[in-house]
Amino acid sequence: MSAVLQAQNLSRRLGGDVPVTLVADVSLDIEAGEFVCIMGPSGSGKSSLLYLLGLLDVPDEGRILLAGQDTSGYGEDELADCRLQRLGYVFQFHFLLAEFTVRENVMLPMRRLGRLDAAQCLARAHELLERLGVADQAAKYPHQLSGGQRQRVAVARALANDPLVLLADEPTGNLDSASSANVRQILRDLTREMGKSVVAVTHDSGFAAAADRCVRIVDGRLADGIRA
Amino acid sequence: MRISLSIALTHLTSRVRPTLVSLGGVVLGVAFFLAVSSLMRGSEKDFLRRLIDNNPHITVYDEFRNPAVQPAQLRWPQGAVAVLHVKPHAEPRGIRGYRQKLDYIESLPGVRVAPVLTDSAVLLFAGHQQGVSLSGIVPAKMKTVTTLQEKMVEGSLDALSADPNGVVLGTGLAQKFNLRLGSTISVVTASGTSHALRVVGLFRTGNAAYDEGQVFVLLKRAQALLERPNRINRFVIQLEEATAARSVAAQIEAAGGYKAVSWVEASEDILSLLLVRNIIMYSVVSAILVVASFGIYNVLSTIVMEKTRDIAILKSMGFHARDVRSIFLLEGLIIGIVGSVVGLAAGACLMAALGQVALRPPGVTEVVHLPIWWGPEQFLLAAAFALLSCLMAAYLPARRASRVHPVDILRGAA
Repeated sequence: MSAVLQAQNLSRRLGGDVPVTLVADVSLDIEAGEFVCIMGPSGSGKSSLLYLLGLLDVPDEGRILLAGQDTSGYGEDELADCRLQRLGYVFQFHFLLAEFTVRENVMLPMRRLGRLDAAQCLARAHELLERLGVADQAAKYPHQLSGGQRQRVAVARALANDPLVLLADEPTGNLDSASSANVRQILRDLTREMGKSVVAVTHDSGFAAAADRCVRIVDGRLADGIRA
Repeated sequence: MRISLSIALTHLTSRVRPTLVSLGGVVLGVAFFLAVSSLMRGSEKDFLRRLIDNNPHITVYDEFRNPAVQPAQLRWPQGAVAVLHVKPHAEPRGIRGYRQKLDYIESLPGVRVAPVLTDSAVLLFAGHQQGVSLSGIVPAKMKTVTTLQEKMVEGSLDALSADPNGVVLGTGLAQKFNLRLGSTISVVTASGTSHALRVVGLFRTGNAAYDEGQVFVLLKRAQALLERPNRINRFVIQLEEATAARSVAAQIEAAGGYKAVSWVEASEDILSLLLVRNIIMYSVVSAILVVASFGIYNVLSTIVMEKTRDIAILKSMGFHARDVRSIFLLEGLIIGIVGSVVGLAAGACLMAALGQVALRPPGVTEVVHLPIWWGPEQFLLAAAFALLSCLMAAYLPARRASRVHPVDILRGAA
């Protein structure tokens, strides 16, 4: 398998009166179709690493290669285009736009990309919602859904532009155990059936069991890597 | 762009009350801008119309702007010796060869002209006497350059052209001399000629000095009375386009040599006064829209603050900073467009209502309506200014939104 996302010697520090090191010298390769879990104690730099991998934040040192392309030196707009076309996000809180219906939320990234016409966008949104088992909720607003349903819609939105890698920040952190298991299963299925790579930050030990690989991060450094 | 527009619309429609309040500010601002500015411009136009209509656009006098150059000066312009105290050549007063000059002026496009011979005379009637300004006119031509015909309250200018001994005078004079149509009065001129004239028409302009001091007779009659045959001393000119008066006057003066004074030149002080008045008026009505734009700024700032997480999520999704900026600029623009359209309609209603107001100024018998100017410029100006102030109000919130850094927000929310 080839690496779709490669992190090489990433470091990220925050300036200010008391400089804080968020991530220190992390190197990590994510293979296509791999389910990787990032674990670690609170404040260890898990989320910071995920933001770097997801091109939301820019490392102070090191570089990130997305599908073999070096992204260092990219401007804000180029990074945004990479995120739009190649990456998808799921957060602890669903972050769906409250004034838009489920269907419209899923269509947002497609409409921004502008590759599909309105009818195709709609068809794809339904296909994704169908796949995630929430097609019957398409016309509802996010506040009318349960937590698990919202998170599945968020996954559908993350998949809208057919990304290479799905990045999830505590995707089950706010869910009951049944919904957690469901979302975990969905993410796992994505890697198996659709060949997506998934990188998930989690506290949930159940996740570690489902993942192909689990990396631990302590004080911004990789502790060890275990292949499941 | 379409996605930005639909997000902008959703933001506005999901918050009906604040949107309506800020929209109301723009609507009122545009409506008042429109109503007040059209009233002010209307009164300006009305004033200018009175000024322009009651006075000739251009008057050509039988004088020269500069004194004639002496022959010695013409022959030796660089001469070392100057001849002083030379008495100018005396010539009969009046415009020389007026028929050719009349033909020339008539040949200019958009120009109507009437020849006039004016001098002072004394009216005698039943022991009363009154000094007046006697004008000899050609009624058919005079009708085209003045509103005299419309001001006639009895008789007409046509009656004057039919009666070589006719006279048309103001109601003030008629009252003073107790004259009616058909009455006969005597007129004596400076040359000592006296003649009996019959009243064939009465006019009333509302200007007391004019109504009591101006009489009209036929040009031929005036030339005979003043003993200046074939002379006139004034061309009264009216233009299709009053604003061209200055250039046409210069053209006529260059061709004929006689001093041609446009209304612009004659009333420069009033025009500069009107300009100052317009500047003050536009500053005041613009202030209404500026105040309204604070309302928009307030609403959009609140939306940006409330939607910071949405903005972060849109940016993490791959929206560019300019996409986010355009969402909020569009919100300002939408409020501006809707506010302008509704405001223009409301302003037009207000203008129509103001136009119905009938006033009777103290001491005046005629009822006057508020002068409303329905010029399209006012509508365009009001809409353009509203859009501009809405965009400016939206700019700061839009810039703040575009600078939201997703990581900062996500870190805070997690």
